[in-house]
Amino acid sequence: MWDLCSNALDTARLRGATYSDVRVMHLRQRDLTTKNGQVGTLAQSESIGIGVRVLANGAWGFASTDRLTREGVSACAAQAVSIARASALAKRGDVVMVAEDAYVDSWQSPFRKDPFEIPLERQLALLLAADGEMRRVKGVTLTETGMQFRKIDSWFASSIGSLIHQRKMITGCGIAATSFQCEEIQKRSYPNSFGGQHALEGYELVESLELLRNATRVGEEAAALHSATQCPEKTGTLILGGSQLGLQIHESVGHPIELDRVLGQEANFAGTSFLTIDQLNKLRYGSDIVNVVADARLEHGPGLGTFAYDDEGVPAQCTDIIKDGQFRGYLSNRETAHLIGLKRSSGTMRTESWNRLPIIRMTNISLKPGTWNLDDLIADTDDGILMETNRSWSIDDRRYQFQFSTEIGWEIKGGKKTRMLKNPSYSGITTEFWNSCDAICSQDYWTLWGTPNCGKGQPMQTMGTGHGASPSRFRNVRIGSAFSNQ
Amino acid sequence: MSPASKFGKSPARRNANRAEQLLPERELKRIIGTVLRLAKSTGADETEVHVDETAESLTRFANNAVHQNVAERGLNVSIRTVVDSRTARATTNRLDEDSLRAAIEGSLSLAHSQPKNPRLLPMPGKQRYRKVHRFDKATAGLTPEDRARAVRRACDLAIQNGQVAAGIFASGLQQSAMGNSRGLFAAYRETHAEFSITMQETPAASWAKANAARVRDFDPQKLAQRASEKAHLAVDARELASGRYTVILEPAAALDLVGFLFYDFAATALQDKRSCLNERMGKQIFGKNISITDDAYHPLQLGPPFDGEGLPRQPVLLVDRGVPTNLVYARSSAKAGRKKPTGHGFALPNEYGEAPMNLVFAGGDSSLERMIASTERGLLVTRLWYIREVDPYEKVMTGMTRDGLFLVENGKVTSAVRNFRFNQSILEMLRNVEFLGPSVRATGEEAFEMVVPAMKVRDFHFTEVTKF
Repeated sequence: MWDLCSNALDTARLRGATYSDVRVMHLRQRDLTTKNGQVGTLAQSESIGIGVRVLANGAWGFASTDRLTREGVSACAAQAVSIARASALAKRGDVVMVAEDAYVDSWQSPFRKDPFEIPLERQLALLLAADGEMRRVKGVTLTETGMQFRKIDSWFASSIGSLIHQRKMITGCGIAATSFQCEEIQKRSYPNSFGGQHALEGYELVESLELLRNATRVGEEAAALHSATQCPEKTGTLILGGSQLGLQIHESVGHPIELDRVLGQEANFAGTSFLTIDQLNKLRYGSDIVNVVADARLEHGPGLGTFAYDDEGVPAQCTDIIKDGQFRGYLSNRETAHLIGLKRSSGTMRTESWNRLPIIRMTNISLKPGTWNLDDLIADTDDGILMETNRSWSIDDRRYQFQFSTEIGWEIKGGKKTRMLKNPSYSGITTEFWNSCDAICSQDYWTLWGTPNCGKGQPMQTMGTGHGASPSRFRNVRIGSAFSNQ
Repeated sequence: MSPASKFGKSPARRNANRAEQLLPERELKRIIGTVLRLAKSTGADETEVHVDETAESLTRFANNAVHQNVAERGLNVSIRTVVDSRTARATTNRLDEDSLRAAIEGSLSLAHSQPKNPRLLPMPGKQRYRKVHRFDKATAGLTPEDRARAVRRACDLAIQNGQVAAGIFASGLQQSAMGNSRGLFAAYRETHAEFSITMQETPAASWAKANAARVRDFDPQKLAQRASEKAHLAVDARELASGRYTVILEPAAALDLVGFLFYDFAATALQDKRSCLNERMGKQIFGKNISITDDAYHPLQLGPPFDGEGLPRQPVLLVDRGVPTNLVYARSSAKAGRKKPTGHGFALPNEYGEAPMNLVFAGGDSSLERMIASTERGLLVTRLWYIREVDPYEKVMTGMTRDGLFLVENGKVTSAVRNFRFNQSILEMLRNVEFLGPSVRATGEEAFEMVVPAMKVRDFHFTEVTKF
């Protein structure tokens, strides 16, 4: 692979590129699903190719190909230079990047059990057994289970001399039960919606989830939701479960801190951000107990945003985003870091595949744990609602006004979790919401959740991101507006 | 202005170069033949092969300059084998015989690992397809320089008007061929082009977008002009209280809402009881002015005339004057429902069955101007954003307005309005449609392209207002 990379870099240089980087990527994936006791999808895929990014005439060009011959790669690199020259026809200035060192390294994400080596029969048997447990529950009308495994090798080389090989193993797994009764569809998912939990782990993730132990409860809750009380519409106290809070972090912290959005580069599609440059180090983003980091390092955990180097050859870092409630940092790359006067990229350039340009993406954007025990937090709440497992999510194009709904809610009265609530939802304004946070549970409840389906970029790229969170409490939140009929 | 002069000189020469990016159909047929031959020797009972090739380019601009500019080329071979009533799929982009053999063996290994499926149908045999012509040489020949020049003109307009432009100009070619061991063969190729532009005039923005098989079917500069004018109108936005309003949804806004209905017309979705049409088929659930067809042969549609199993796509009347009348069927859901397949199946194996991919909403004759003129008080909606399903059975969707929301009073646009969040049932909305415009090929961000009219809708439910 390094020969192909060198070939591309040499061609780009000879054609006039002043900088170039190259990614050869080999992606392997296996998908298994069941539905109503039958195997649904059973598929595997592999894709290998090269993407070449160059600067020529002060502008960017990118080309990719799956023709991994010397001629194919040379043609691809030449095409990238030609595209860069075309970009220069509509440039307003030359691209400048902050400095970065060259690295020669090889890294592999740790895992204990290679899911591609586990017999398929065993994997399917587990899914079908969990499917069967859910189907046994009266009232369940649709059962779904799934596993997804990915192995991604990337060989990165750049004209400043970096040669970096990384291998990632990614596993995802989850189950869901749906119940249609009385003109209403209710659903419960475990351990999360979006296909369950996803992490930079091997088959040990699947085994840790204890699907069979949870399947019956998942089915029972889906059926029971029909007779649950409708979530009231009010302004009140909200406790969010960890996975829902993970998505809240994703939408109302992770996206607005992307510096390409802030600088208008995503204005046409993903949108911009309320976090304009003048807000850095000035905005009170949240209450004093809110601390959020962007941490791609392995010591943060095996998240979907964990790596050793980003796809621009910058080492993984931990960046303070919100510290003691104050807004402290953005997600940047080498180009945008220069544009706002930073000395170094925060290392967040990521690409979905060899045929996509790396763009600024979330890594692991996590809320640091607090000190509360969950039982104590509930006991400390006189009147509130606990919401768990995302059902829908929406936020405006500046990442300010949001609305979420969850699969299930629980009323909390007099410090006790009482009756089940259906169709829970809440909404608010990002900074008002985070400033209303008055309790965060401890490390014992903290999970690094994986969001596998973050869409951004044109052409669209889907990326996995990580979000560490533990259950937390928010005051004076607007609840129930999604089902308001006023 | 002719298409050739609009996008530069010597189109014939460039077309020749770009056409080389796609393999000739005979080469796809040869790949399929190779896989079928290799599979036969590995003991597969049946084999199906899809070959998909793309050559896509996209020029992206922001802050009045090109900032990303990309091209990709790729070809995938996807192989489904059947052995002893079990099936699975393996996909690769490596074309040498060893890699194709490995993919076949991978598919067989997956297939062997599962229980028998007594409901698995034999693969279909040879089919006949209606011709569609969706390949345009001028579009295939579009170069990065052509796109950059068009972008430059749009950005110059923005600068001239004190605005900031962002958007994309994309073009591409793709082809698909499929064949199976029972003699089926189908092939399709298309071109496509897309221009999308956001014009920002602090603190406002507006947007316009077009998508077509032929680049000459839209004019990027006219789209830039429209977005620029609306951005200027949107600058002084006033805040209105949330509540129910009459809305005039431009086609893109209408598309991004009604587009969420598409999977509800899948027979499998009803069999799984996850469609909003469960227990509602044959009932008057929409207004009598609502008729919806799925028609892959409509002149404004793109996409192949065959489905994932190689069956010819049939036009299907889904909603007839407000009454959901028919569903679309893959072969398996058709057998389960004792119906005929309609040619809407996804490639097997999958758990979703099928879906209509070429929806056509019957339009009316009301122009946008007439809808505005007929409105005493309402809101003109340019675009919707981040739409998600809140209630799957009542089909309540939430989302935001974006890039140009305007107050209409006494038949005239009187001011810009701050953006709202809505929580609106699509079922209710399609009972409240008062006027329909002519159907056009609409393109947004949430739904795939469809043929949809602008709509004037009463009592649209906005639940909250945002800060801009």
